Amino acid sequence: MEYSMIPEIGHFALILALGVSIIQGVLPLIGAQQGRREWLVLARPATQISFMLLAISFCVLAWSFYVNDFSVLYVAEHSNSQLPTVYRLGAVWGGHEGSLLLWIFLLTGWAFAVAQLSKTLDEFMVARVLGVLGLVATGLLLFVLATSNPFERLLPAAQDGRSLNPLLQDPGLVFHPPMLYMGYVGFSVAFAFAIASLLTGKLDAAWARWSRPWTTTAWIFLTLGIALGSWWAYYELGWGGWWFWDPVENASFMPWLIGTALLHSLAVTEKRGGFKNWTVLLAIIAFSMSLLGTFLVRSGVLTSVHAFATDPRRGIFILILLSLVVGSSLFLYALRAPRSTLGGAFSLMSRETLMLLGNVFLVVAAASVLLGTLYPLLIDALNLGKISVGPPYFNAVFVPIMVPVLFLLAIGPWASWKSTNLVALLKRLWLAAVIALVAAILIPRMMGEFTILTALGFLLSFWIIASGVLQIIRQFKVGKPTRSFIGMQLGHVGIAVFVIGVTMVGAYQEEKDVRMAPGDMVSVGGYQIRLVEVRPAQGPNYQATRGTFELGRHGTVEEFLYPEKRNYDSSTMPMTEAAINAGLTRDIYVSLGEPLEGNAWAVRVYYKPFVDWIWGGCLLMALGGFFAVMDKRYRLRLQK
Amino acid sequence: MKAKFVIPLILFVVLVGFLAVGLNRDPREVPSPLINKPAPAFKVPQLADPSKSFSPADLKGQVWVLNVWASWCVACREEHPMLVEMSKSQVAPLIGLDYKDKRADAMEMLVRQGNPYNLSALDNDGRVGINYGVYGVPETYVIDKAGIIRFKQIGPITKDVLEKSIYPIIAQLNKE
Amino acid sequence: MIKKLLPCLGFCLFICFAHAQEATPLAADPALEQRLISISEEMRCLVCQNESLSGSRSELAQDLRREIRDLIKQGKTDAEIRTFMVDRYGDFILYRPPVKPTTWLLWMGPFVLMIAGIAALLMYLRRRNTQVTSTTLSDDENKRIDALLRDDK
Repeated sequence: MEYSMIPEIGHFALILALGVSIIQGVLPLIGAQQGRREWLVLARPATQISFMLLAISFCVLAWSFYVNDFSVLYVAEHSNSQLPTVYRLGAVWGGHEGSLLLWIFLLTGWAFAVAQLSKTLDEFMVARVLGVLGLVATGLLLFVLATSNPFERLLPAAQDGRSLNPLLQDPGLVFHPPMLYMGYVGFSVAFAFAIASLLTGKLDAAWARWSRPWTTTAWIFLTLGIALGSWWAYYELGWGGWWFWDPVENASFMPWLIGTALLHSLAVTEKRGGFKNWTVLLAIIAFSMSLLGTFLVRSGVLTSVHAFATDPRRGIFILILLSLVVGSSLFLYALRAPRSTLGGAFSLMSRETLMLLGNVFLVVAAASVLLGTLYPLLIDALNLGKISVGPPYFNAVFVPIMVPVLFLLAIGPWASWKSTNLVALLKRLWLAAVIALVAAILIPRMMGEFTILTALGFLLSFWIIASGVLQIIRQFKVGKPTRSFIGMQLGHVGIAVFVIGVTMVGAYQEEKDVRMAPGDMVSVGGYQIRLVEVRPAQGPNYQATRGTFELGRHGTVEEFLYPEKRNYDSSTMPMTEAAINAGLTRDIYVSLGEPLEGNAWAVRVYYKPFVDWIWGGCLLMALGGFFAVMDKRYRLRLQK
Repeated sequence: MKAKFVIPLILFVVLVGFLAVGLNRDPREVPSPLINKPAPAFKVPQLADPSKSFSPADLKGQVWVLNVWASWCVACREEHPMLVEMSKSQVAPLIGLDYKDKRADAMEMLVRQGNPYNLSALDNDGRVGINYGVYGVPETYVIDKAGIIRFKQIGPITKDVLEKSIYPIIAQLNKE
Repeated sequence: MIKKLLPCLGFCLFICFAHAQEATPLAADPALEQRLISISEEMRCLVCQNESLSGSRSELAQDLRREIRDLIKQGKTDAEIRTFMVDRYGDFILYRPPVKPTTWLLWMGPFVLMIAGIAALLMYLRRRNTQVTSTTLSDDENKRIDALLRDDK
C-alpha cells in the first residue's frame, strides 16, 4: 500500500525548526551580552524562518486531517471520514499533540510579529526579546519531538478513524482553543520584554511602552478565549451552567487576572516610571501561569473534564520545562531587580496608589484561585488525605476579594497622578453613588426578590457605569476623547455589564423539570412553551430524536425551538443538544431528556434573564482593549 | 531589601516540589474512610441459592476477603484469574458481592471463568455497595476476625497486589 | 434561589392556550427535589471527571441521589446527609471542603493574603516616600553646593 510522504515533511519541518530555534535562542543572547553584532542580527531572520517552518508543519497536519490520512496516528485517533470538514479541521487541535503544535505555531507567529514590528527598537533589545522567545520555542519543540509527535505514523493505516468526541463537534471547538492559545502564548511577548530588560539592566519607561500594546493584544485574545469557552459550555453541556471552577478553567483564569493587573501596572510604569520591579514580576508571573496551566492540563495531577489524555512522562517533561523557564526568570529577577531606579514620587492618596491597590487585590484573587486549585494536590502530597475543592469554595472566596476591586474601578480614573484629594474626588461621585443605591434597592424589588448579594451586585455594577458616564461627560467638555480613554471606559463598563449578567442569572433564573406529551405546555419566566411533536432526525454522522416546541407569550407563538437527543455513530453515550432562544434580556433554554411512558418526554426548561450580558460584558472588555491598542501614540510604530 | 526579591523564586521552588510529588499520585483515587472501622452489616440473598441469605456476621471469628464484582465489568473479568489463584491458595474465605448485576449473567461468568468464591451474594440495587463506599468495581476488602475492615484494594487485584499487600496482611491478621 | 412564580398570569395564559395541558413536574415532590439539588450540587460525582452529583448522569450518581432522596424523606438534616456520604466516601465527596486543621490554610489563606498584601503595600508606600524625598533633598543640597562654590570664587 502506498503511504503519503507528506506527514514526513511536517515532521522534518519540526526538526528543522528545532535547529533554527536553538540558533534563534542562543546566539543573539550571547551576541547581545558580548557585543557581537554578527550574532545579534541572526535574531530576525531566524524568527522568520522558524515561523515559516512551523506554518508548514501545521498546514501539513491540517492537510492530513482534511484528506483523511489515517496512516497518521493522531488523525486516526481524533478524526473520522464521516466527520464534517469543518470539524476535521477543528480536530487538528482536538488532542494533546495537535494542540501543542498549535501552541508552538502561535508562539513563532507572535515572535514573527515582534520581529516585523520592532524596526525602530534598539537592536540589542530586539536580539534579546527574540532570543528569549527562541529559547521558549526550543523547549517546547524538544518536548513535542521527544514525547508528543503529531506526525507519528500508524502502519498499517486504519480503515477509518476513531472520530472526535461528540462534545467537541461544535463551532466552539473551531474558535475557542485558538483564541485561548493566542492569549496564553501572547503573554510570552511581555515575558520576553521583561527578561530582556532585566538582562540589559535597563528597566525604564521605554520598555513599558513597547510591552504595552503586545500585552493588551494578548489580553484581548485571552478574554475572548475564556468567554468563548464559557459560552460553549453553556449551550453545549445541556444544563445551563457557564462556569464550574474546573481546574482547567482556573488555569485560564489565573493568567487573565494577572494579565489584567499587568495591564494596569504597565500603564503606571509607562506614564510615571513607577512600579518597574512589580511590573516585570507580573510579566514573568503571567506567562508562568500560562505554562503552569499547560502543565496542569496535560500531566494528570488534577481531575478535570477538560484534561487531555494524561501521561506522567509528559508531565515530568513539562514540569522540567516549567522549572527551567520560570526558575531562571525568577532567579534573574532576584539578581537584577534591586538595581532598578525608583521613578516619580507620589503621595499616599493618588492614582498610583489606587491602581497599586487594585493590583494587590487582583493578585490575591489569582493566588486564591491557585490555592484552591492546587490544595487537593497539596494535601495528598503531604499524605493528609484526599479532599475536593469545588465551586462552593471558589465562590465564597473569590467574590469578597473582587468587591473592593469593583469599588475601586469607579474611583481610580478620577484620581490624579502624583497626588489627589480623596474627599474632593468622592464628592464628585455623589451622583454615581445615588444611582448605584437606587439601582441596588429598586431592581431586586422589581425582579421579585431582594437579597444582600443581589443588591451588592447591582450596587457595584451601576456604581461603575454611572461613574463611567460621568467621566465621559466630563471628558467631552474638555475635548475629543483619546482611543485610550474610550478603551478604558469600554473595559470598565464591560465588567459592570458582566456583573449585571451574573447577578441577574444567579438570582432570578427559573428551571423546571417536567413531563411533557405532545400538546402539553409549561410556563417559565412569563413564557409558555408547548411541545408540538417529537420525531426522528438524521445528521451527517448521527441519528437524533428532535422535539418541536412552540415558545410564546400572551397566547401568541413567537418562536420555535428544536432540541435534540443525538446518538453519534462513533459513541455510545447519547448527547443532548439543547435549543436556546437567545435575547437581549433573556435566554429560554429547552433540553430534551429521556423518553417516558405514554408518548411523553422528560423536558427541562430554563428561563435565564440577562445571561448573554455575561459574554456581552466580556466582548465589551475585549473591544475596550482593542481601542486601547489602536491609540494614536502607537501608530508611529506601525507606520514603519 | 535584597532578600525580598528572592521570595518569588523560593515560592516557585516549593510549588514545583509539590507538583513533582503530585505526578506520582492519582488524583481520582478515593481512599476509604472505612479502614479500621467495622464492616457495615447487611443481609442479601446468595447468588446461587436466593432462598438463602448472607451476612458479614456469618464470618465473625475468621479473617476473610470480600470482593465486589460484576459480570458487566471488564476489569473484573481481567482480575478473575487472580481470584481463582487466590482461592486455590486457601488463605482466607473469599466472598463475592455481585454488584448491580443480573443473576443469569453472573452465574454464566462464574461458569465460564471459574468460581473462586466460597459463596457469592447479590447486591441488586447497589445499596450494600454504597454502604461500603464502592464507587467503581472491582473493589476488594480484607476483614479481620472481629469484623473490622483492615484493607481495601481499589481496582483489579494484580499479582503484585496479591503478593505484596493481600497475602501479607491476611497472614498478619491470622496471627492476631 | 427561590423562583419567582406568576401563578395568576400563568392561569390566564393557560386559558388562552385553550387545548394545551400544563405539564406535570417530573419529580413527585418538587420541594424535595429542590433540596436534593442543593445538597447534591455541593457533592462530587466519583466516577466522572469533575462533575457534581446533581448533574451527573452516571449510574452511581443516580444511586446516590436516590439515597439522598430517601434520607430527606426520613427527615434527616443537610448536615446528617453530608455525614452519611462522608462516612462512606470520605471528605473527597464534598465540594465544599470542611473546615478542619488541614484546611485552615485553604479557608484562611485568601484573607490572610489580602491583609498581608495591603500591609505590604502600605509599608512599601511609606518607605518609598522617604526614599524619594531623600533624593529631592540631595537636589537641594546640590543647589546649595553650587551656590557655595560660586560664593567661593
